[in-house]
Amino acid sequence: MTSEFAVEMRDVVKRFITPEGGEIAAVDHVTMQIKNGEFFSMLGSSGCGKTTSLRMVAGFEWTTEGEVYIEGKAMGHTPPFQRKVNTVFQNYALFQHLTVFQNLAFGLEMEGAKEDEIKKRVGHALEMVQLTGMDRRKPKHLSGGQQQRVALARALVKTPDVLLLDEPLGALDLKLRKEMQLELKALQQQLGITFIYVTHDQEEALTMSDRIAVMSNGKVKQMGTPVEIYERPTNKFVADFIGESNFLEGKIKFISKSEARVFVPSLNTELVGMPISEGLVKGEEIVVCIRPEKVRITEKNAINQNMFRGKVANTVYIGADTHVFVDLQGTRLKVWEQNRISRLDPKSFYAVGQEVWLMLMPENTLVLKKD
Amino acid sequence: MNPFRRSPFVIAATVLVYFFLYAPIVGLILYSFNASRTNVTFEGFIPAYSENVVMDGSLVKSSPCGPFHWYCDLAKNNDVTEAAGNTLTIAFTATIISTIIGTMAALALQRYNFKMKPFSQLSLYIPIVIPEIVMGIGILTLFSQFFGWVNETFNLVGDGRLSLGIATVTMSHIAFMVPFVTLVVQARLQGFDKSYEEAAMDLGANEWTTFRRVTFPMILPGIMSGALLAFTLSLDDFVITFFTNGPGSTTLPIYVYGLLRRIITPQVNALSTVWILVVFFAVLALQILQNRDSKQHS
Repeated sequence: MTSEFAVEMRDVVKRFITPEGGEIAAVDHVTMQIKNGEFFSMLGSSGCGKTTSLRMVAGFEWTTEGEVYIEGKAMGHTPPFQRKVNTVFQNYALFQHLTVFQNLAFGLEMEGAKEDEIKKRVGHALEMVQLTGMDRRKPKHLSGGQQQRVALARALVKTPDVLLLDEPLGALDLKLRKEMQLELKALQQQLGITFIYVTHDQEEALTMSDRIAVMSNGKVKQMGTPVEIYERPTNKFVADFIGESNFLEGKIKFISKSEARVFVPSLNTELVGMPISEGLVKGEEIVVCIRPEKVRITEKNAINQNMFRGKVANTVYIGADTHVFVDLQGTRLKVWEQNRISRLDPKSFYAVGQEVWLMLMPENTLVLKKD
Repeated sequence: MNPFRRSPFVIAATVLVYFFLYAPIVGLILYSFNASRTNVTFEGFIPAYSENVVMDGSLVKSSPCGPFHWYCDLAKNNDVTEAAGNTLTIAFTATIISTIIGTMAALALQRYNFKMKPFSQLSLYIPIVIPEIVMGIGILTLFSQFFGWVNETFNLVGDGRLSLGIATVTMSHIAFMVPFVTLVVQARLQGFDKSYEEAAMDLGANEWTTFRRVTFPMILPGIMSGALLAFTLSLDDFVITFFTNGPGSTTLPIYVYGLLRRIITPQVNALSTVWILVVFFAVLALQILQNRDSKQHS
């Protein structure tokens, strides 16, 4: 390998001409470095630029500005058939007029592989995705899950350095999707090749990825491991997009090297010992962010600091958890409690209107810039 | 159960429609076996006993071909074989060329955006909607003006002179067939996702290989439907051919028209019957192709 990075995007911009004659930047100054053997996901809602980014790596689109590097080589206008990457398409794009075997053999024929080599490699690839014996079927005679595997095998049989996957599980039902997630991850670890995975499903991205780039409006909002993305979102967008969060608007009253004191006008109180992040200054308008499962809820006041009295507005039982909605002087916070105890007794739930105390632990709280 | 199924109105309408559609054809086929040469009334089938054709006035008493006497007569008619040959030559040549042009046009209209695209699309409909006679006259005017100019300018004489013939008929057929092919292929391309082509390129195929191995086979049923439609249109075209044919390029429709002006013998019916069968099987093939095509999509 010539480069530390399997794929690198340096300051890439992609503009499209709209039908009205205007311009939109689908990808707006994106820089990503994807390491060899990494399972890297681009996560975002539709129109965030993740698929366009992937297509620029595959070579289906050219960059307007910036450059894509594969194995350290600038790609420029290199056509897709000269790039050492292969793609698994969202709609699978299996050749309907060819059998499963012919679909897999297609890419090898393009390499000029000999007949027995093709047979051997196709057989091996089908084995890998557990489709041995299906080689004579036409794609339309396969189930959705099987088609998905054929699409995967067709790309993998080429033994690419980098595999690009564009929402490959999007068309499968939930159960199959979860199975395939684990299978894909296992396959990637076994083969040791780089996966670049595009998805709008955060759970999928968190389950499989080594690193995730959260994207919005053509920009990367945060890049990091699943734990970093969930536990330490660096901005309000990511905190809101990944999982759920409670947000309290506030202003920094005092800031030191290690902690900050924040005034929250809606609660008319100060939060102390808040963790700080880079670039925050005294007097800045910020949001305090806390995950619903990290709010402590008790019936009595134990510690004075960062504790708030509120009234239970509603409780919703959802099986593994109970969601409690608490009103604090007009601000509603969600609190998730794991159902460690049996909930068969209705009295085990907080009653609507009951007075409770919420505690925001500083180590579970984030102070983020306003977007 | 469909509530209209047993309605007398539906039954009556069905019978009437089928009667008006098919009675003339059935009659035409029946009269092709007529023993009467004048073919005004049906005088029964021709028996097949004699080695020679025996005529009694306008009645054929017996023939070695039996009821198929007029078909044998037809086969011996050199004018008919020549006309049939011309018709097929023109239809095949024009179909191949118009299918290639039409398919390329459909592909271009499908995947590229260009300034004149709405105009190009509209211009496809014009040859379809304008009366054929207008187009025929137009094409004739074009050819005669152009040929006259060329012949005069280059002082062409005798056989060297440009004149109407098989080439002009073929060219004018191509002109009116291209829009039909384009529209049929375009309809087929609507369901053709560009990701198939991207997948082929992703797997290492260059543009030409992608077209040859993926795009073309996948849209082939559409191309075939377009080609067959064009073929049947060319086969029975009368109006445009009438204006653009010349000596030696008589096609079957033109020949039949000529026969009718002289004398109507059951030979005309025999010719028409053969022709109906050819067109029928062409249309049948078209239908089968389209059915298979739509099944692939569902």
